Amino acid sequence: MKFSEQWLREWVNPNLGSQELMDQITMAGLEVDGFEPVAGEFTGVVVGEVISAEPHPDADKLRVCQVSDGTNTVQVVCGAPNVRAGLKVPFAVVGAVLPGNFKIKKAKLRGQPSEGMLCSESELALSENHDGLMELPADAPVGQAVADYLKLNDITIDVDLTPNRSDCLSIKGLAREVGVLNSLLVNAPAIEPVEAVHSEVPDIRVEAPAGCPRYLGRVLRNVNLQAETPLWMQEKLRRSGIRSIDAAVDVTNYVMLELGQPMHAFDREEIKGGIVVRMAKPAEKLVLLDGQEVELTEDTLVIADHEKPVAIAGVMGGEHSGVSAKTRDLVLESAYFDPITLAGKAREYGLHTDASHRFERGVDYELARDAMERATSLLMEIVGGEPGEIVEVYSDEHLPKARTIDLREQRLADVLGLAIDRTTVEEILTRLGLRTDKLLKDGWRISVPSFRPDISIEEDLIEEVGRIYGYNNLPVTEPTGSLGLRAREEAVRPLSAIRNFFVAQGYQEAVTYSFVDPKVQQLLDPGREGIALANPISADLSVMRTTLWSGLLKTVAHNQNRQQPRIRLFETGLRFEQNGDGIDQQPMLAGVVVGNQVPENWVNGRRTADFFDVKGELESLFKVLGIEIQFLASQHPALHPGQTAELLRDGEHVGWLGTLHPQVQKNLELNGTILMFELFLNSIVTGYVPNFKDISKFPEVRRDLAIIIGSDVAFAQVEEIARKHAGEHLTAMRVFDVYEGESLGEGNRSLAVSLFWQHPERTLNEDEVHSVFNGVIDALKEELGATLRS
Amino acid sequence: MENLEQLVQDGLNAVEKADNLQALDQIRVEYLGKKGVITQQAKTLGKLSAEERPAAGQKINEAKGQVEQAINARRADLEKAAIEARLASESIDVTLPGRGQDLGGLHPVTRTLQRIEEIFARAGYSVEQGPEIEDDYHNFEALNIPGHHPARAMHDTFYFNPGTLLRTHTSPVQIRTMEAGKPPFRMICPGRVYRCDSDMTHTPMFHQVEGLLVEKNVSFADLKSTVEEFLRVFFERDLKVRFRPSYFPFTEPSAEVDIEWGREADGSIKWLEVMGCGMVHPKVFEHCGIDAEEYRGFAFGLGVERLAMLRYGVKDLRMFFENDLRFLRQFR
Repeated sequence: MKFSEQWLREWVNPNLGSQELMDQITMAGLEVDGFEPVAGEFTGVVVGEVISAEPHPDADKLRVCQVSDGTNTVQVVCGAPNVRAGLKVPFAVVGAVLPGNFKIKKAKLRGQPSEGMLCSESELALSENHDGLMELPADAPVGQAVADYLKLNDITIDVDLTPNRSDCLSIKGLAREVGVLNSLLVNAPAIEPVEAVHSEVPDIRVEAPAGCPRYLGRVLRNVNLQAETPLWMQEKLRRSGIRSIDAAVDVTNYVMLELGQPMHAFDREEIKGGIVVRMAKPAEKLVLLDGQEVELTEDTLVIADHEKPVAIAGVMGGEHSGVSAKTRDLVLESAYFDPITLAGKAREYGLHTDASHRFERGVDYELARDAMERATSLLMEIVGGEPGEIVEVYSDEHLPKARTIDLREQRLADVLGLAIDRTTVEEILTRLGLRTDKLLKDGWRISVPSFRPDISIEEDLIEEVGRIYGYNNLPVTEPTGSLGLRAREEAVRPLSAIRNFFVAQGYQEAVTYSFVDPKVQQLLDPGREGIALANPISADLSVMRTTLWSGLLKTVAHNQNRQQPRIRLFETGLRFEQNGDGIDQQPMLAGVVVGNQVPENWVNGRRTADFFDVKGELESLFKVLGIEIQFLASQHPALHPGQTAELLRDGEHVGWLGTLHPQVQKNLELNGTILMFELFLNSIVTGYVPNFKDISKFPEVRRDLAIIIGSDVAFAQVEEIARKHAGEHLTAMRVFDVYEGESLGEGNRSLAVSLFWQHPERTLNEDEVHSVFNGVIDALKEELGATLRS
Repeated sequence: MENLEQLVQDGLNAVEKADNLQALDQIRVEYLGKKGVITQQAKTLGKLSAEERPAAGQKINEAKGQVEQAINARRADLEKAAIEARLASESIDVTLPGRGQDLGGLHPVTRTLQRIEEIFARAGYSVEQGPEIEDDYHNFEALNIPGHHPARAMHDTFYFNPGTLLRTHTSPVQIRTMEAGKPPFRMICPGRVYRCDSDMTHTPMFHQVEGLLVEKNVSFADLKSTVEEFLRVFFERDLKVRFRPSYFPFTEPSAEVDIEWGREADGSIKWLEVMGCGMVHPKVFEHCGIDAEEYRGFAFGLGVERLAMLRYGVKDLRMFFENDLRFLRQFR
């Protein structure tokens, strides 16, 4: 909410500078977002009177004027269309300095001397308006400095109110707060009932009392809407960020700003039959004041006449029933609309108005009559007219109930951590309008005023006391309480250990968006639909990731486009999958590697990372985690069919490792051989708690074996057979050579393997080693068709 | 015997001339070996009388000793020279860069999160996790934000359908943890959160840490110390902290927290908003089956990227999610 400091000070005027005042309300919870002067900086501008305005002899659009500054009359050449004799205008005399450091000097315009300048609003940085000269009222005292006359020593303060403080969406409410903070009385303008001078009353029927528990209407006949809104009111509106339209609209806006009650003025001519407050009917349409036509939904509360809707209640009036300069009779509306009925309505129609902003947050339900009287008398001062009686339709059943809340002194002290003395508490509450009518044994029974819909429980009162007392005046104490120890599973490795492992392996952690481009994801995880957002920010961030590869490969592209050929990234986070009616949200660990395995150095370092580099790193990770993982040759639509491993733990799928499929890589416009892995975190984080076994004192025996097998035979098969036949004392098995070459014949390769045996309690003898070793060889020959390489 | 002296002299001369260990060994064999010329002199002892023998024998031994000593000295010299030659040939340029794997690094968000978690863990806070696709109840209703609440507009929620959404804060984790357990509680909930907003200062995904402490006797004063201490520990500075009344549907009283961050042009303190906090709203306790008369609690929430930006001087929020290596490498 924007408001004029001066206006506020008319209500309550603490002995504080502007900045101090703004700091004070900020610290009371009404956060000041900013402020700006209500006019530009200028000097030498006075109220001038145009004595005469004659055509310029040599220019069609210019006039040669005699202008009085109160003491002298000088000649000024002016091009504004509205310059005329008798007009009072801001007059920048010679020597004046206008905003933007624009100095006024004697000049000649098309041969005619000109001493000074007549100003528009924009030239004084009052507004953007430069259609013509700013017209001052006829009674403006000639010669007075314009800054004094318009009281321009003022700022517009913009306060960013939290949604609970609807009571501060008015000068009245803000003044109340400032009064409390400074222990000052607030001067409100006296509001007297306006006596009716005729008996015409609007016909009002409220068919939706839940949405509109209170509706007041009044007819004001024979108004003159040609009458100008007085400058003081225009200025207050302008300084509150509201443009002056005409007297009727200006007055309703003024009352809204002053008291907080949004109002509306209809042209009585256009209200056919009477006013009906009801829900919209199917497919009803309404052209709004801003010119757009909307189709109303049935849950929209409308103001209608006997034929059609004329306004969306509490949001915006219709164009047709709005007032114009020709309007003769007005119907004024002042109502209380239910916040829940109006919640979100304006937004549904793409609107957000000063009225909807207030009604949605809750307007004082007892304010409508005062506002009606205030608006009536203000209007009559400006546009004249004959008021009728106020008609009020209300439903007690639907109006908010007056509330009382008990505040316990002990509870107040417990929550704030400080026992504030009773008198201070009572003074704070009373000034806030929270009447402490009834004293209880252990506290107060508080009557909550109608303007504080946000206060409904004891804690709300505690906050009010704490807020006004000052949060920063409350003590600071250390929490005490239970400090029991929590379970900590040793076998479960923390995520930080996994992250640190990858960091040490040269991987950079990435954090990518959880929503991704469905087109990219389709390439990486075809056949799995990402869960789609109903309101994505953009098409390329519209479905939830089913694999972390979607984001990581996008990151690879980003970096490859920025001359980063060597990329090693990992990420941890959830991936999302529809699972029947539920959603499966699984924590994953994924990585991508492209470019040289190690940074280029002065020996080699130009070797591109391959499958086995990454596999080796994962194997190290699994050792860190204390788990055993099998790598099984497999197929994945995003991966190279010959370079894909499915990772299994005790036969259960835990993830994938492979080289990005060259076709997918081409489609994603990526360079190099890209290795990728993705693992289910929950499947790998639990290892084991070490269990010590005696160290054997007896020698280890090694036997080497070189076999020729078909290239399609996996090492895993060799290993499985060897382990099966090598007996219980086999301690390790290592591959030390893999060779493929013409000498072995097409489709063959040789594997050289060493086997290690050790007995815990004795030295193994030659015969038993020989026997199991031969058993391994025989089994390999028999089951895999292996031959020994000589 | 006359030529013994000559033999010794010859031997010493030969030793002197030997320029490698092999040659030296040759000389040793030639003079002192079993068939060496000096050793052979012992055979002449047989021709001498018993009286003469001891003196002659001693002379031969002395001669052997003399040559042997010379050989040993020469060997030591040669060995030393050999080592020096080897060392000279093996010297390397130690200023050349080392080889091997480069070091990676943690994402600055993770780095910041880990720091925050560490700080709170030391005060007994547990770290809790929860789903990111949430239901309306846990994200809003249970936190005292019913459907019509104006605060919903502050959240810019991503929806999948009317009841399912991306969590807009990590507060639902507090609800889930309280639903599942019994007070007292001391927890923080770090994680990704989502808001349908993207511009210079907003990314549609960011990270939050929410903290919660529920005890039988806890007050706003305790909240103040926790928040103040956290900020001072995090920034490693004795900064000024102030609490400004604010509004969150799930806390009452509520406050926003500003820290002193330099000076304004006019010399006054420049305050930066960094956190929100408050006492847990009784409605929230009610939704979790906790008696608000018996227990009280405080909660606080902070934006991780915001703290990371202040701590590390990052100017543009969006850089966190571009994952440009030149950016990421600065935080390892």
